[in-house]
Amino acid sequence: MTDNNAANAPSVVLLHPDDNVLISVCHLAEGAEFDFHGQHYRMAQAVPIGNKIARVDMPKGTKIFRYGAPIGSLFATVQAGAWVHMHNLKSDYLASHTRTGRAGQ
Amino acid sequence: MSASTRTLRGYPRADGRKGIRNVVVVAYLVECAHHVSRRIVSKVDDLDVHLIGFPGCYPNEYASEMMRAVCTHPNVGGVLLVSLGCESMDRDGLLNHVRDSGRAAQLLVIQESGGTASTIAAGVSAVEQLQEELSRTATVPMALNELIVGTICGGSDGTSGISANPAVGRCFDALVAQGATCMFEETGELIGCENIMAERAATPELGKLIQECVAKAERYYRTMGFGSFAPGNADGGLTTLEEKSMGAYSKSGASQIHGLIKPGDVPPRGGLYLLDVVPDGEPRFGFPNIADNAEIVEMIACGCHLTLFTTGRGSVVGSAISPVIKVCANPATYERLADDMDVNAGKILTGEASLDEVGEEIYQQVLAIAAGERSLSEALGHQEFILTYKSFEPIGPACLPVRQ
Repeated sequence: MTDNNAANAPSVVLLHPDDNVLISVCHLAEGAEFDFHGQHYRMAQAVPIGNKIARVDMPKGTKIFRYGAPIGSLFATVQAGAWVHMHNLKSDYLASHTRTGRAGQ
Repeated sequence: MSASTRTLRGYPRADGRKGIRNVVVVAYLVECAHHVSRRIVSKVDDLDVHLIGFPGCYPNEYASEMMRAVCTHPNVGGVLLVSLGCESMDRDGLLNHVRDSGRAAQLLVIQESGGTASTIAAGVSAVEQLQEELSRTATVPMALNELIVGTICGGSDGTSGISANPAVGRCFDALVAQGATCMFEETGELIGCENIMAERAATPELGKLIQECVAKAERYYRTMGFGSFAPGNADGGLTTLEEKSMGAYSKSGASQIHGLIKPGDVPPRGGLYLLDVVPDGEPRFGFPNIADNAEIVEMIACGCHLTLFTTGRGSVVGSAISPVIKVCANPATYERLADDMDVNAGKILTGEASLDEVGEEIYQQVLAIAAGERSLSEALGHQEFILTYKSFEPIGPACLPVRQ
């Protein structure tokens, strides 16, 4: 919770040094920009609070780490700053379901 | 975190436990007696008269044991059982069990009491008699190490695991350090956390049992076809079951895990316990817990005096028997639902408070509610209760290594 470098208005947090996603702590509009650990990010799309943002470029198949623990695998390639969610990440255990069907299939 | 000087007072029970409330429960023993029981409770209209029950007509050992456990929970002072008359719940056995616990208890059988209207009238006067008896219960001093606190998350989102859940974890660490008993649960929502959890177990044998218990949950949910992951979780930024699990797991804090219990098992002494809520044996009777309140009822059956309920999307439920303290993870949800939320953990995300500060706030709320203040859901009259069919095998000795 402490790895913010924007003193007054942190946009994201890094929950564990091994994580390859950042977590938004406020709503980030499309085009929003922020710096984190020396890297500049620009949001290609709006991302709501509590969501995951790719910390680095990652190929399909990459295990995503949050809290320092694996939370699933990418089924699409993502660029640094991209929103990581149902459209590119799936469970390594049981598939998630949405109101319209099963995710990641 | 500060040790409080606040003195708790509890209602003493014959089994040595103490209650932080002195409620009357009206319990329907089959769905067919639900309406009559509900009318009795609504006519009495008292925050300390609660409606509970079991809907099934077919026998189930788990349901019978749960009814015995919740009717003799330390927060319960008196019991009115309402039977239709032909259901299979052993009403006389339950009545005797409650009376043997030193509590005032009455039984009404609708088929023998003249039907709906006269049973409602008889039920209202029975509750009034029970209330009269309860009003004479004197309280005694109660130590923090006599308090049992459970935690659950419901309506989780991407903020739950970074604000409310770790803040509850801080509160749990403080409570355990003071000798209190803390409990976390829903092994189906701990899928992915089995190995890190096992490392925190008091013994390697307990660690192995925890891993097996999570593997059982995964098998069970796989058979059901769904993990414990609702569409609202995805709307809130959670993508996978294991991501939700890791967030949920942080509610447990950092203490050693002292034991693995099942619904109805009361922890033998202070410390942190994991409650296994997924049935044993071949999956049957459907989903392990159809909604959050089924889990809360199981923690109450294990003696929980109150429950810390974290939510990101914004659950508004409370519970019969034991008060629920609502800890809101998401600052935007808090704005929308402030009247339902006891603690705003969203302050952690907006930078207005630290994790430790919110952990301390939750700890103080626990002491205040244990001392008799009403939580918001309690004052609003939330008394949800769910009990369904399940089956469990008893726990083995390796589940409670601290007992030896």
